[in-house]
Amino acid sequence: MSDDVYVQLVDLAGGALLLTAVLILWRRELAVIIRVFAVQGVALGALVAVLAAREQTAELWVSAAGIVLLRAGALPALLRRAMRHAARRETRPMVNVAASLLAAAALTLLAYAVSRPLVALAPSPATQAIPVGVTVVLIGFFVLVTRRRALSQIVGFLLLDNGITAVGFLTTASVGLVVELGMSLDVLLAVLVLGILTARMRETFGGTDLDELRELRDS
Amino acid sequence: MITLPVLIPLLGATVYATVGWRRGTAWVSAICSAGLLGVAIAIAVDIARSGPREFGGLVRVDALSAFMLIVVGAVAMLATLAAPGHLETEIRLGRASARTAARHSLLVQLFLATMACAVLAANLGLLWVAIEATTIVTAFLVGQRRTRAAIEAAWKYVVICSTGIALALLGTLLLNYASSRAPSRAGLDLAALAGAHGLDPGVTRIAIALLLLGFGAKAGLAPLHAWLPDAHSQAPAPVSALMSGVLLSVAFYAILRIKVVADAVLGAGFARWLLAVMAIASLAVAASLLLAQQDYKRMLAYSSIEHLGLVALGAAIGGPIAIAAILLHILGHGLAKGVLFVGAGRMLQLTGTSRIDGVRGLLARAPVLASCVGLGVLALIGLPPFSVFASELGIVRAGFASPLGWVTALALTLVLVAAAALTGHTSGMLLGPAPDGPSAAVARPRLLPVPTAFALAGGLTVAAVLGVAAPGLSTLLRLAAEVLTR
Repeated sequence: MSDDVYVQLVDLAGGALLLTAVLILWRRELAVIIRVFAVQGVALGALVAVLAAREQTAELWVSAAGIVLLRAGALPALLRRAMRHAARRETRPMVNVAASLLAAAALTLLAYAVSRPLVALAPSPATQAIPVGVTVVLIGFFVLVTRRRALSQIVGFLLLDNGITAVGFLTTASVGLVVELGMSLDVLLAVLVLGILTARMRETFGGTDLDELRELRDS
Repeated sequence: MITLPVLIPLLGATVYATVGWRRGTAWVSAICSAGLLGVAIAIAVDIARSGPREFGGLVRVDALSAFMLIVVGAVAMLATLAAPGHLETEIRLGRASARTAARHSLLVQLFLATMACAVLAANLGLLWVAIEATTIVTAFLVGQRRTRAAIEAAWKYVVICSTGIALALLGTLLLNYASSRAPSRAGLDLAALAGAHGLDPGVTRIAIALLLLGFGAKAGLAPLHAWLPDAHSQAPAPVSALMSGVLLSVAFYAILRIKVVADAVLGAGFARWLLAVMAIASLAVAASLLLAQQDYKRMLAYSSIEHLGLVALGAAIGGPIAIAAILLHILGHGLAKGVLFVGAGRMLQLTGTSRIDGVRGLLARAPVLASCVGLGVLALIGLPPFSVFASELGIVRAGFASPLGWVTALALTLVLVAAAALTGHTSGMLLGPAPDGPSAAVARPRLLPVPTAFALAGGLTVAAVLGVAAPGLSTLLRLAAEVLTR
């Protein structure tokens, strides 16, 4: 692969990551959000595949396949299963759409400012895309704290995790297959646990609006 | 031998998965914990004689890991000894079934396996995987009772801890990045990182801040401590004991390992001030919420935040004396808090309420339980002869000899406020005349089960003995402190 094509493909995949993150922030229908999330999983897999084609390592190809299976296959399927009985829309987010998008812009600037030492350490097309990963992390965090439906919060957590995975691969420093496998398994199980808890929440108080969670506090 | 601490609990888990909860299996949990503690002590003796051991590149035991294994084993022993009594009462009251009990024991064993794995990990990545796995394993233990409050606590627990630990993952990846570009090529190996040089300070600074915040969330340190009081108050008593004594300690063990790396790369200042700020914030949160607390399980939970804050301060102070003191403090706090949570669980079963003003005159109604709880609180606030006294003294003395003198003075004030609040609330519950009328007893108190009484008395005795004289332990503490202060 020539250098030009490589740079363009990395930027394209990075752009897709960022765009899907903003779309998740923008849309309210949970079904759409889950579909966009699956597209983001594909974008992340593509990013790793581009890196694999560049570095010519089997390990990265395996990771790319694993990412697509987990983040575009298994996790969206789990989310869809959890959604079957839940509300279809994020009804009352704490921040409206316009403010959310403005916040996304601010978070992007913040991410670029924070990541400067990360890029400066080893400038290359891959590391120059690290700020995109950090932006996705911050947007995920934002979704996590401003949404009230249980499922939206899970999506926020997964967005955060996609961003972290992107940063991990963009640093092009492998952590070893055992650790990588453990990390993916932990994410899958965490979402499984959250899905089961959502179902129990619905059984006990008939909804997954987290505003209902007001039992525990220090009076 | 060094994989046994993981294998023994896994074996126990297999037994519960296949056989379930029967008369014969009720004590498997306690037997496995005894095995774990025995192996931990054997490993510690071996390490003290012949130095660190390694196994397959992913597992390593040094004096610090060996000490943490003893903490895990000791608190597990206490909690699993009391668990059958607790579970059988729950079954008798109709709040649990044999299936719940089997699942409880299975998950507790898995929890112990992951904790043992965390302290044995030679690699920061594996350490992260093990600590995140505990969130998953314990989520259903927190939500075991399936009431509204329990599910809410479990939800908050998983969301806050997973997010916190995700920050730690980002930190781990960035540290790996810095380390892969450094001449020393240490990767994520903890021992190699501790002696690493040439890591980029800008990247390492971001990585260390994320790691401290992330593992701090799991250790119950401010600002991500909000899950702790809910989870500890809703979990069944033996699980609260394990979370407070084992989970928080092991998460803090990760912080200790990271601080060594931070000190080697960035100098002592960075991690010191970050930890000092987190420590004071935790102490302030805990002390202020302890004062007007109305729920005794939450009271114990906030006291855990307070003690972890104190331990964080000790880590910020650094140096062999402070490090040895915080390690002793971790063990002493684990035992005292284990006794108190088991006692509180029994109190909840006896009185049916977890409100402080709902319990009056316990000493007259349940003298053994009440005296154990009373002694436990005395041990917790650091009265001699209990070991918390010795360790708090060590932390404070090292603090006044360090640049953190003013911070130590502030912390000491907050610790005294917390101690006063704890004593005030507890004396109200234990002393005074017993209320009369039928509402006083919900669970038709039988006598305290003998193994539970044994666990409570045993925990208190060990905590007292550790405070007076423990010759073998002081060698281990010195060796462990050397690991962290090279």
